[in-house]
Amino acid sequence: MVIEAPPKEPSDLHAQSGVRVEHVDRTFAGRTGAVHALADVSVRADTGEIVTVVGPSGCGKSTLLELICGLQRPDAGTVRSAPAALMPQRDLLLPWLTALDNAALALRARGMKREEARAAAAPWLKRFGLGGFEQARPAQLSGGMRQRVSFLRSLLAGKPVLALDEPFAALDAITRAEMQGWLARVLASEPRTVILVTHDVEEAVMLGDRVLVMSARPGRIINEVRVAEARPRRRTDAQIVGLRERVLEALGVNQ
Amino acid sequence: MRRTLSLWRTLLVVAALLGVWELYVDLGGADPLILPPPHAVAQSLYDDRALLWSSFLVTAREVVLGILLATAAALALAAAMHFFVSLRRAFYPLMVASQTIPVPMLAPVLVLWLGFGIGPKLVVVALVSFFPIVVTTLAGFASVDADLIKLMRTFDATRRRVFWMVELPAALPGVFTGAKIAVVVAVIGAVFAEWAGANAGLGYLFEQSIPQLLTARAYAAVVVMSVFAIVLFALLTLAERLTVPWAYRSIGDLDG
Repeated sequence: MVIEAPPKEPSDLHAQSGVRVEHVDRTFAGRTGAVHALADVSVRADTGEIVTVVGPSGCGKSTLLELICGLQRPDAGTVRSAPAALMPQRDLLLPWLTALDNAALALRARGMKREEARAAAAPWLKRFGLGGFEQARPAQLSGGMRQRVSFLRSLLAGKPVLALDEPFAALDAITRAEMQGWLARVLASEPRTVILVTHDVEEAVMLGDRVLVMSARPGRIINEVRVAEARPRRRTDAQIVGLRERVLEALGVNQ
Repeated sequence: MRRTLSLWRTLLVVAALLGVWELYVDLGGADPLILPPPHAVAQSLYDDRALLWSSFLVTAREVVLGILLATAAALALAAAMHFFVSLRRAFYPLMVASQTIPVPMLAPVLVLWLGFGIGPKLVVVALVSFFPIVVTTLAGFASVDADLIKLMRTFDATRRRVFWMVELPAALPGVFTGAKIAVVVAVIGAVFAEWAGANAGLGYLFEQSIPQLLTARAYAAVVVMSVFAIVLFALLTLAERLTVPWAYRSIGDLDG
């Protein structure tokens, strides 16, 4: 895919745009009693850094992102973060809007006029390989296209931090691999501070500058792996394969 | 093609039923004054067409205006109950209770209060139509994914913008579902309201025809009411398909 020069920055990035989560504890009331989601979790992401968090299902990864986005408050510990936009696991595109209007949703949400928002979003759709699909409804788009629109919608929110919640979990394996490569290229040309949670170890290693390994609930950070490998990365690179093994071992799933 | 076929089957069933009915009366199974044969009803539909048409216009006005009134009130109340949980807790049980008041009992009281004009008819039609629309609209508001609301909040959307951009469009299919259910009860409500005191309308015509032993005319009035309800339902289905195409499913469609 050809990535053209950016038409326009969605907004000025804050000078200080990192994430600091320190010794956070979080328990919430579930259907079957209290759920201890996070136990003494500390996460740091510097400006422009991509931190991936990998762990088993239900280990509190989504809770961590909601804390960073300010949608929840910690019971103990501190969360300091530059403004963050969420990208949810399911695309949650509005079925009554076109791809263009869905992409422009964040702009409209903060009060931009419809035509202005469309004009701002249109060049990005082209850049994301969605040219010609501006007027398509979500139901007419493939899974990969829908995730691209969903990502663009969060990107255009203009927040310095992106909180990505298992963005490709709903896709088939081939599309997911393509989308991982796509996201790596987009973030190379459009740097953001990124916290990406996933249960896909390969995804975590392919995309992250650092990989944090979380335990089952209550979630704690049990390991940190730095990925020094230059981009673009290949799944078959010896270092990537080795790091993948290390993360799997930390999760206790390597025989 | 499939639409035509399934409609054709409905017509076949109707024709068969009419045939049995006609034969039963013709062979002396029932007095034609008590059970008029279909051909007599058809004859009345033609002979009394001017009377039926003017009566239809009166009832149609009551039903259509009543449903519009109910929809506006239902949307406003559903939105208010969606915004304020305490309002929902206070009003929901009362709303259910209001539906148990028998319309034949309520209609004469309303006539007493509001006179013989269109007023009491509108109130009755709106009252019976209101309930299904509120319930389905509230369900529409509640159907919005909690994660979508969270997403909008990280986009700094105000509560008002979330409502206009996400919740209201999501509730629109519910409004149509409620209105489609309301159509049928609205027609029944209009008839009861006319019986309680009116000087025109299909319900009035029916009521006047029975003691005069004009049973065929009474049946013709019922046929006009039924066709009216079907047409109204079909128009709402069409409007639904045009307005909320993303939610349109053929379930509940007239041709199944």
